[in-house]
Amino acid sequence: MIDLVNISKTFNAGKPTEVNALNGIDLYVEIGEFLVIVGSNGSGKSTLLNIIAGNISPTNGTVALDGRDVTNFPDYERSRYISRVFQNPLSGTAPDLSILDNFRLAALRTHPKGLKIGIDDGFRYKVMEKLSLLGMGLENKINQPMGTLSGGQRQALTLLMSVMANCKILLLDEPTAALDPRSADIVMQTADKLTHDFNLTTVLITHNLKDAFTYGQRIIQMAEGRVVHDLKEDQKAQLKQTDIFKWFS
Amino acid sequence: MDFLLTAILQGLCFAGIALGIYISMKIFNIPDITTDGSYTLGAVVSAVLFTHGLKFYYILPIVIAAGALAGALTGWIHTKLKVNALLAGILVMTALYSINLTIMGRSNLPLRDYSTVFTRLRFLPDPNQNALLFALLFVAVLTLIIGYLLKTDFGIAMRATGSSETMIRALGVDTDRMKIIGLAIANALTATSGYLITQLQSFADINMGIGIVIVGLGSVIIGETLIHWFNINTVWKSLFTVLFGAVLFQLVLAFTLSIGVNANLLKLVTAVFVLLIVSLPRLTSKTA
Repeated sequence: MIDLVNISKTFNAGKPTEVNALNGIDLYVEIGEFLVIVGSNGSGKSTLLNIIAGNISPTNGTVALDGRDVTNFPDYERSRYISRVFQNPLSGTAPDLSILDNFRLAALRTHPKGLKIGIDDGFRYKVMEKLSLLGMGLENKINQPMGTLSGGQRQALTLLMSVMANCKILLLDEPTAALDPRSADIVMQTADKLTHDFNLTTVLITHNLKDAFTYGQRIIQMAEGRVVHDLKEDQKAQLKQTDIFKWFS
Repeated sequence: MDFLLTAILQGLCFAGIALGIYISMKIFNIPDITTDGSYTLGAVVSAVLFTHGLKFYYILPIVIAAGALAGALTGWIHTKLKVNALLAGILVMTALYSINLTIMGRSNLPLRDYSTVFTRLRFLPDPNQNALLFALLFVAVLTLIIGYLLKTDFGIAMRATGSSETMIRALGVDTDRMKIIGLAIANALTATSGYLITQLQSFADINMGIGIVIVGLGSVIIGETLIHWFNINTVWKSLFTVLFGAVLFQLVLAFTLSIGVNANLLKLVTAVFVLLIVSLPRLTSKTA
């Protein structure tokens, strides 16, 4: 589903501040695979995620999604394949718009936004139904501005919004970093459930080694712009939490 | 009584600017100063076309297109050339001064001897009441169009562009294109104000746009204060409060003049008035 070939990224090339964030990464992620990426700060994992999403274009190499070369596609054109949840819980939703409006846009992620009024009673009912799955009591507040909700609620809604339209790839960029433990659990469990239910290809970046241990079928560790550990399904199953801690010592 | 009517009429004519600033400043979060130029552009284009005897129903679409072009240019400079929005607006506004002067060929163009929409479209015998009725209808249509637009899927995407750019890009919207379209709409609306005012006062003047942005800003800020007080969060009510702000703004100015304040001090009064509306809600909420 995600095919990265020989990806390199150099920031500030030719200047004293030159940084080689990625050095020739080859990575293939299969359909339905839940991949966890760990690595210390500056290891290049966020750059890698941004290259998949299209916010950053690679210095070298090609990006293919669903068998199609998208290296030259900007982020808003890759949204056909990709849903994103950001580290900042406030980035994934528009605070001034109502919950309903946010969901309307999410439902149109793969479609052009046209000049007709798309919110009708049927759509309202559909959103309320989805919201009730979350068990946060938000189904009666669909006209409330998103900005009045807590970070945890907004992050959970961002996740839910990602499957409002046909979604193949889910990118999670430290989604729980700014949340309290309880909200973090809800968000991670929702992500896990959606990955299963919708057969999503999910990439999770995290600093939480417990999450890295609990979730996902495959784990890779990055350091200095390279992949240093890559454990597939059966290997990850045998992995102990202490083993991951050792990678960082 | 007469000055009240005139003030309300003026306020309605400035509704275009108010709605335009509402779109650029409140929806897109872009401080757009193109307004000064695109308002005069609307006035100048109308005046020249009226004096050249073009059929009056062709004139409004041309005015709208001219305003939209000016706004799109500011949007293009801001998004594609990565120039600060404020500077982009100032650049286009400055350039428009020369363009307006070139279109008119002189600095002032009277329309007294030509028929305008206010004289062409006669619903009521009294010219003042007739003008008021026409302005009311005009503003109602304008508001309906903008209100509908903001409720559509496209409109929601527009509002999201100003609210969370990262989110709306991740949802497949080209935000650069959205901002260009938004500024085009805002300045097209502004140009309609120039179109109305130039016919109301029966002349176009190259300097009529100087500082006009404050009229829109004042109206939007009055509207916003009301929105906060009454907890308004629907599109229609927000638009309505902005229109109300535009009329109230003119009423306050008319009142100031009627109590005998020197007309030379009008801009000072305007600035102080806007400062008051901006600061009062903050000061009162701090002490409360």
